[in-house]
Amino acid sequence: MIKVDNISKSFEGSEVLKGISTVFEKGKTNLIIGQSGSGKTVFLKCLLGLFETNSGQIFFERTPIDEMSFKERTILRQEIGMVFQGSALFDSMTVEENIMFPMQMFTKKENEEIRERANEVIERVNLINANEKYPDEISGGMKKRVAIARAIVMNPKYLFCDEPNSGLDPKTAILIDNLINEITEEYNITTVINTHDMNSVMEIGEKIVFLLNGKKAWEGTKKDIFNTENQAVSNFVYSSDLFKKVREMYLKK
Amino acid sequence: MRMLSNIGKYFIMLQSVFGKFTKWRILKQLIFKDIESLIIGSLGIVSFISFFVGGVVSIQTALNLENPLLPKNLIAFATRQSIILEFAPTFISIIMAGKVGSYITSSIGTMKVTEQIDALEVMGINTYNYLIFPKIVALLLYPLVICISMFLGILGGYIACVYGGFSTSGEFIEGIQLDFIPFHITYAFIKTSFFAFILATIPSFHGYFMTGGALDVGKASTVSFVWTSVVIILLNYFITQLLLT
Repeated sequence: MIKVDNISKSFEGSEVLKGISTVFEKGKTNLIIGQSGSGKTVFLKCLLGLFETNSGQIFFERTPIDEMSFKERTILRQEIGMVFQGSALFDSMTVEENIMFPMQMFTKKENEEIRERANEVIERVNLINANEKYPDEISGGMKKRVAIARAIVMNPKYLFCDEPNSGLDPKTAILIDNLINEITEEYNITTVINTHDMNSVMEIGEKIVFLLNGKKAWEGTKKDIFNTENQAVSNFVYSSDLFKKVREMYLKK
Repeated sequence: MRMLSNIGKYFIMLQSVFGKFTKWRILKQLIFKDIESLIIGSLGIVSFISFFVGGVVSIQTALNLENPLLPKNLIAFATRQSIILEFAPTFISIIMAGKVGSYITSSIGTMKVTEQIDALEVMGINTYNYLIFPKIVALLLYPLVICISMFLGILGGYIACVYGGFSTSGEFIEGIQLDFIPFHITYAFIKTSFFAFILATIPSFHGYFMTGGALDVGKASTVSFVWTSVVIILLNYFITQLLLT
């Protein structure tokens, strides 16, 4: 569980996040949605500790991140898996080496044991015949799978994904969404996804936080989003005719 | 003001490089990789330039010694002094600022824009140590490159001078040994060691702290080359003032 208590973040006098509070529950796929520039990525980077907040606190389980010692933070970081928007795979390493890397870095296990675990997760994310390939030799969808495999290889407690299906075709995007959702349930982890893909919202949004101009404008589940009367969230989610019709059909039922 | 802030950031970065160390089995691989790309990968161009510039220095000296009373062994003497004192340590370091420096800036800069550095940070890795420390260690072998450059520069001078008919082989060898001061070699290696540290850290700084996209990686490489060269030239002046006067 991650609890966010009234956090704010400014860059050179410009306030990007304004007093956001929410809770991301364990074993659930939590989504942060909002327009480009609404502060989603900054929010995610604050959760990850890549940006220091100006005020407010972030609790991992019950411990506030800013009260953790250096050692506690290092341990926490090893419990976090992250899937970056551009996958952020290490160019100089093969797919298998990319996935083995966190274990080589933080465990005392022998290489053979690490390779075995890496191949387990490679199989889990359905990557076929890609072990020896370099990141520039594989497709965007495969890169995301490698990034997910690297994120879960250490059995993390928390999984963060920054727009995991951006740049993917709709079919692959749904496969990646479902994979993340399955992994969340299987590993019982707290997953936080940053997205503006409405398919993801409808498919896997067990908890959705909507950001507008750096503020939390709405939160609820994917079911709540059909019934919401919040104008800002309706304008954002139902901006396309397709989703307007989907909503009408849902409400008629 | 911005320059002062960057100097401060540079020293904070240096402190962090020697902070939490990366696991040895990973660090070892990174060091060998950097030795291959920064040292071994530079030997070809350094050898080529040293050999031919050595030849040119020798020919230029020979052509300027018009007085028949001046002994021919002065050609070798001047070639040796130019190469050992300035050409090999300083001129080659400026070339390395272009070759190795831009490689370091662009590789770290690319990692920055593709979020690979963020990925390392999220894992709890000291990215300064992981990325910069292996380069500092690899460049500890840089004096070896300069040693090869000195040898090839003088060899190039010898071939150009003897086979160009400016002096005999005996005169050249005698000139190389003339008034030889061993401390000049020590001086050259002392400044080379400082330049090696600069070559590893200033380009890393420009790569690590760059912002923007792919185009900015190119800009950062250019800025890095300029600043590395400026610092090498200034440092060269101060070290020479301290050690030779």
